[in-house]
Amino acid sequence: MTATWHVSASQGLAAMADPTTLVTIDALTKSFRTDGLPALSELTTSIKAGQVTGLVGPDGAGKTTLMRLMAGLMLPSAGRIEVCGFDTVTEAAAVHEVIGYMPQRFGLYEDLSVIENLTLYADLRGVVGQQRAETFDKLLVFTDLERFQPRLAGALSGGMKQKLGLACAMLKSPRLLLLDEPSVGVDPISRRELWKMVYTLIGEGVGVVWSTAYLDEAENCAEVIVLNEARALFQGDPKVMTASVVGRVFQVRGAIGDKRALLVAALKRPEVIDGVMQGATVRLVIGNDQTLPSKADLGAVEGSEVVSATPRFEDAFVAMLGGQPKRRLLLETRPQSTDNQSLPVTAKSLTKCFGSFTAADNISFDIKRGEIFGLLGPNGAGKSTVFKMMCGLLRLTSGSALVDGLDLMKSPSAARARLGYMAQKFSLYGDLSVSQNLDFFAGAYGLSGQKKRDAIKRVVAAFDLASQLQVNAGGLPLGFKQRLALSCAIMHEPPVLFLDEPTSGVDPLTRREFWSFINAMVARGITVMVTTHFMDEAEYCDRVALIYRGKNIAIGTPEELQNMVRTAELPHPTLEDAFIGLVHQHDGALT
Amino acid sequence: MSTQGRAGARWRRIRALVIKEARQLIRDPSSLVVGFVLPVLLLLLFGFGISFDATRVKVGLVIEAPSPDTAWFFASLSNTPFFEVHQTTDRRVFYDDLAAGRLNGLIALSGDFTERLARGDSAGVQVITDGSDPNTANLISGYVLGAWNSWIQQRALTAGQTTAAFITIEPRFWYNPELESRRFLVPGSIALILMMIGALLTALVVSREWERGTIEALLATPVGTVEFIIGKLVPNFLLGLCAMAVCILAALFVFHIPLRGSLIALIAFTSVFLIVALGIGLLISTVARTQFLASQIALLLAFLPGLYFSGFLFEVASMPAALRAFSAIVPAKYFVRGLQTIFLVGDVASVLVPCTLALLAMGAILFALTARNTRQRLD
Repeated sequence: MTATWHVSASQGLAAMADPTTLVTIDALTKSFRTDGLPALSELTTSIKAGQVTGLVGPDGAGKTTLMRLMAGLMLPSAGRIEVCGFDTVTEAAAVHEVIGYMPQRFGLYEDLSVIENLTLYADLRGVVGQQRAETFDKLLVFTDLERFQPRLAGALSGGMKQKLGLACAMLKSPRLLLLDEPSVGVDPISRRELWKMVYTLIGEGVGVVWSTAYLDEAENCAEVIVLNEARALFQGDPKVMTASVVGRVFQVRGAIGDKRALLVAALKRPEVIDGVMQGATVRLVIGNDQTLPSKADLGAVEGSEVVSATPRFEDAFVAMLGGQPKRRLLLETRPQSTDNQSLPVTAKSLTKCFGSFTAADNISFDIKRGEIFGLLGPNGAGKSTVFKMMCGLLRLTSGSALVDGLDLMKSPSAARARLGYMAQKFSLYGDLSVSQNLDFFAGAYGLSGQKKRDAIKRVVAAFDLASQLQVNAGGLPLGFKQRLALSCAIMHEPPVLFLDEPTSGVDPLTRREFWSFINAMVARGITVMVTTHFMDEAEYCDRVALIYRGKNIAIGTPEELQNMVRTAELPHPTLEDAFIGLVHQHDGALT
Repeated sequence: MSTQGRAGARWRRIRALVIKEARQLIRDPSSLVVGFVLPVLLLLLFGFGISFDATRVKVGLVIEAPSPDTAWFFASLSNTPFFEVHQTTDRRVFYDDLAAGRLNGLIALSGDFTERLARGDSAGVQVITDGSDPNTANLISGYVLGAWNSWIQQRALTAGQTTAAFITIEPRFWYNPELESRRFLVPGSIALILMMIGALLTALVVSREWERGTIEALLATPVGTVEFIIGKLVPNFLLGLCAMAVCILAALFVFHIPLRGSLIALIAFTSVFLIVALGIGLLISTVARTQFLASQIALLLAFLPGLYFSGFLFEVASMPAALRAFSAIVPAKYFVRGLQTIFLVGDVASVLVPCTLALLAMGAILFALTARNTRQRLD
């Protein structure tokens, strides 16, 4: 296949009208069941060469379906798609020749090595001889995988897998590169590197489609298609969308006192449609044509100041969806804790060795009552190891881990009874109904009889689960799944709650709702520890520890970490800047 | 692109897929277990573990009135390798043992045994067997009858009498003169092993691609359905041949099964069956997208019918008509029949040709269905 191809009169009028248009989508509908709601409905759009088009939207909005339709891997229920002038239904083979496609989880053979994966895809795509040698050289340098050629793909870190997946997708210089959620499970450093690579590609005229549930990535795109519930809410320059909330975004900062109380109070105002925590500040968005309530009405104390803030894409996105759901958690049954001095979680010189490899090296921290503490770090840095040790799931090599004053090594079951744990993928039983799940987890935590019935009643009321009790957990919408998982974790009223990447890959609305529950619980004295590599989650933390290469390289409030990397060139570092800067500083100090 | 270039690209893709699949097979310990350890295990199990030959059956001999004749009969029973004989004078002693399964049967010689024998009357021998295990029960009564007949003859000869009155049956068991069940169990288990490898392993490796999401990346390349199928077939076929070699070597040198037919016929015939087994695996893989489901279906569609209807464990001729009719579409039935013939009889064209044709027809149908059902898309 050469670079020239023929566009017959019947093929792609739009493509002829605008030579930079790569994909033309016309009234596209895709339904998986004849009776069910469509995954995509009446979508008409186009995708241009030489730029990144972001496919943005919450989980289940239809992003993956659209990707697969463009790759010719699914048949449209109605409407048509043309990729480089080829119809994806009748000319799928021709489409496959001109696209590169990286599915979710990267589509690599984990039991083949880096170079074997590359060779396989080179053979499949007909990249041979001199061309192959040159392409391999270029890609291995480009992805920095040269040193890892003999390593099995399954043994690579998330970031390296992603780069290898990208390399396999780009072997034959595709005209259109489809990347389905490439940033899931990838830390900020690898994510930045990936964006750099993608920018290099668009410089060569490739059209890139990047799907993501992370709205900060939309700001990197020349154009975005915002999908929600099978429909496109917005298509075009993300800056245009962001501009729709100009003048409506504010930050409450300074001595604001209890930021969580402030956020709750502010969200009670009808004018305020969105509010999130950003380190020590609170970010508020007001509705269209509304005026900002006074400081007193917002519940802000005297020492604080309210300033106008630069809008982000996420502000506009939430505003477009009508603001965040203002559901309040009914945890009144839980007694308010007044003890602010004790340390419910203590890690003393945690060390864990696997053979000669030290996964966690002398890590110490304390978490105060009513505090949200974050364990941050790139993939493979050791934060999961620390987390597992704190849950009593891994034996320590040395040091000690205490929960509510109890040593996890000496009295593991008593200590574990004091903590609630919510795993990354919720670990619910998908084939059991909501009430069966609650029943099971209550039993697993040792509740029975009247106590069990009370506990279940309490969480059902608190998380508003009554309407879904008979629905199987697997079929619940994401937001309900999250609430159910949280219900199961706190049914035994633990004073300490551990969360493992609780809102990764979750859309902004569901994420806000989740954190509003967590904030309400923290306000009543629960202590929370969370592992994450998502800065959105880290922003909710009072303090964070940055774990890198098994060591605790920085600990403090988000602002303290940001201050550590503040320079003349970077006067307002974000938490992500801090994360990357501190990791690089640590690398620099080593060499 | 020229036709030649296109064909070249196609061959390159097939070769790449075969290499990839072979690497995955070699690196996956579970496929090596299925390919080499499982055959050996199943062969040992079927070859040594299961046997329909009764050796050391425990029987109780009740002699109500001991005499030289009864002692002689006891001796002749004990001297065969088939029985472990316990003796008593009161049959009630043995009732508990029989109920508890410590004895498989009772032989009772009545009090007037010696007198009736001397008179030339029919002597009173009662055989009581544990009918809860009909197979052993039949064996015991058969063996006791045989032992009785030979003892009577021997006694008559010793006494210088002729026993012209007796009808003498002299059975000859052709092809398996020692009547060792191992000789037909081992070829039968080879059928099961190859079915497992062909169907189970193939279904697993395809469903694994669905489960791990790799098929999505593969389908977005110029790879076509046929190329994908060939890529899966070739390495698994080769692994099946290796397992077949293990089986044949074990049959010949561990179990000392005679090979009366030719090795060529054996390999060719087995290869045909292997292709059918692979076809079943591929067909399963067109519907099963998880490895768990694939293995369940393979067990249900390939292994169990092979076990029940191939005729090597259970006599198909004695099954109800509906099941007999069903057995006609069980490939293992034809394979076991052919294999037993090649091993124990020889290259008998009148058996092998129809069996081969039946297998080829099934293979053709399976592959046609697979090609039709294999999806080039994800929905």
